[in-house]
Amino acid sequence: MDKRIPAVIGIAALAAVPQLGLGNYHLHLLITVLIWGFVYTSWSVMGRFGMVSLGHGAFLGVGAYVVTMLWNSYGLTPWLGIPAAVAMSMVMALLVGYPCFRFRIVGHYFALVTLALGEVVRLTIVGLRDQTGGSLGMTVTAVPDGTSLLALQFGERTVFFYVALLVWLFGLWVWRVVDRSMLRYALEASSEDEDAAASVGVNVTRAKLAITMLSAAMTTLGGALYAQYQMYINPETVSGIGISLQIVFAVIAGGLFTQLGPTVGAMFTLLLAETLRVSFGHDIHGLDGTVYGLLLVLFIIYMPKGITGSLAALLTRGRAEPGAPAAGLAPSR
Amino acid sequence: MSAAPMLEVRGVSAGYGTFRALFDVSLEVRAGEAVAVIGPNGAGKTTLLRVISKIIAPTAGDVVMEGTPLGPVPAHRVVELGIAHVPEHRRLFPRLTVEENLRMGAFHPAARAKFRERLDFVYELFPRMKERRNQAAGTMSGGEQQMCAIGRALMSGPKLLLMDEPSAGLAPVIVQQVFNLVKRIRAEGYTVLIVEQNIQQVLQVVDRAYLLEVGTIKQSGSSAELLASPEIRRAYLGL
Ligand SMILES: Nc1ncnc2c1ncn2[C@@H]1O[C@H](COP(=O)(O)OP(=O)(O)O)[C@@H](O)[C@H]1O
Ligand SMILES: [Mg+2]
Repeated sequence: MDKRIPAVIGIAALAAVPQLGLGNYHLHLLITVLIWGFVYTSWSVMGRFGMVSLGHGAFLGVGAYVVTMLWNSYGLTPWLGIPAAVAMSMVMALLVGYPCFRFRIVGHYFALVTLALGEVVRLTIVGLRDQTGGSLGMTVTAVPDGTSLLALQFGERTVFFYVALLVWLFGLWVWRVVDRSMLRYALEASSEDEDAAASVGVNVTRAKLAITMLSAAMTTLGGALYAQYQMYINPETVSGIGISLQIVFAVIAGGLFTQLGPTVGAMFTLLLAETLRVSFGHDIHGLDGTVYGLLLVLFIIYMPKGITGSLAALLTRGRAEPGAPAAGLAPSR
Repeated sequence: MSAAPMLEVRGVSAGYGTFRALFDVSLEVRAGEAVAVIGPNGAGKTTLLRVISKIIAPTAGDVVMEGTPLGPVPAHRVVELGIAHVPEHRRLFPRLTVEENLRMGAFHPAARAKFRERLDFVYELFPRMKERRNQAAGTMSGGEQQMCAIGRALMSGPKLLLMDEPSAGLAPVIVQQVFNLVKRIRAEGYTVLIVEQNIQQVLQVVDRAYLLEVGTIKQSGSSAELLASPEIRRAYLGL
């Protein structure tokens, strides 16, 4: 059977969803999953190679704020604002990434550098309060009748659903292109052994820069999309440590090594957040952070391949031929 | 004398931080030769191969491959000059399958075009690798991993193969097999520079050797000469 058939059916089913006459709330949940599913996919594009960024809020923030500021202050259409923000993020990724990769800052040290990057961007947004509204956040100036293609604003939720669906599909497509490229092998080899990778001809610095800039660019687009949808942004929700950690948590929960893992992670975090909100309201500040932290530890210990990875393992176990070698992680020396 | 050597190491000194592991080391390898660098643990053998592969930079001296000084060449381009490194402890990419490891060996653009052809060649040379092609490389036995590491190096279509203690950590029967592999590689026409502590056995498969002790070349000559040398017999062969 053609492997594309399930994908086509899935996409068609998704595209038909708004015709089911869902209420605004459910449509909102779907759009949220699509937007965050895309952002998480963007992170996983590099995260899957052991390059754990704890600062992707930096790129989300640039996407949300640069596009909004250009629109609010200069009336510049997001169609130009988004490329500008993406270019800015890529330069930022280059400036931070190059020294890291050149001098082999990996693992925890790399994570710390990215953590700092996220904070720098958040503090910059807060500091520029005359332009950004500081920690009060800022509202995207709405067009008079609520809908304008030029402004990338759609009063109609259904339209936004399709925009988000397209962007999300684009993210999955990029994931797949990377998955089938030589860049993937180069990065997997580099993540296991940089010297050995260089010896077979991998320019480790360049390969890592390429994937980092790609991930940054995608995340920036996600940030812009989020702003256009919410019409309100604030430094905590787009660039705070909380959001950067939530990205990591969601991807690990959903599955780092599968195409749909990050999206499943988006559903899972959304369900979790909604459950917490409904059962506890907003009284217990920081509760979701605590629950995320706890769950993250549990996932890393008991389900390191995430929900999708564990499901896939369950499904293939039933089918595996007896005596087939397990692709485990036990080196025999 | 005949044409210029394929590889020349000229007065190389190298180390780690302030520690010096190599002192003014010079040697050469001619096309078609198999040459060994023998010496005890800690002599600097691995360091020497790392200098040749540009994994570390020498503090003095240079390496020349077929007339090209390696000084300005970055590590990832050394393979394009025809040098393939089979590193110490094999250093496969353990989570990648055997075939993916071989694919990595043919990573540089010129080798990618010949991937199929060379894969067939490596599978013919090592039928075991073909059987295991979908297995994660890290889950194979030591001897199989060594085959895979050699296969990965051959995938780049090298002229010169650098081998770092291919027999280390293997059971005695397997060690013999590995040296037989080296013989076959030679027979295929590759030039080989091999580093070994297993002096008795390596001298059976190479033409010439250099003795390296605490970072300095102490002796050199044909395999027969070194096998007959009283110092080597006393210090390393226990005779
Ligand atoms: N990464 C390193 N950092 C510091 N010293 C090292 C490193 N690698 C090797 N050395 C030292 O350099 C010397 C030569 O090591 P090496 O080249 O590995 O020897 P051999 O391969 O002959 O056993 C040894 O004294 C060793 O301790
Ligand atoms: Mg060594």
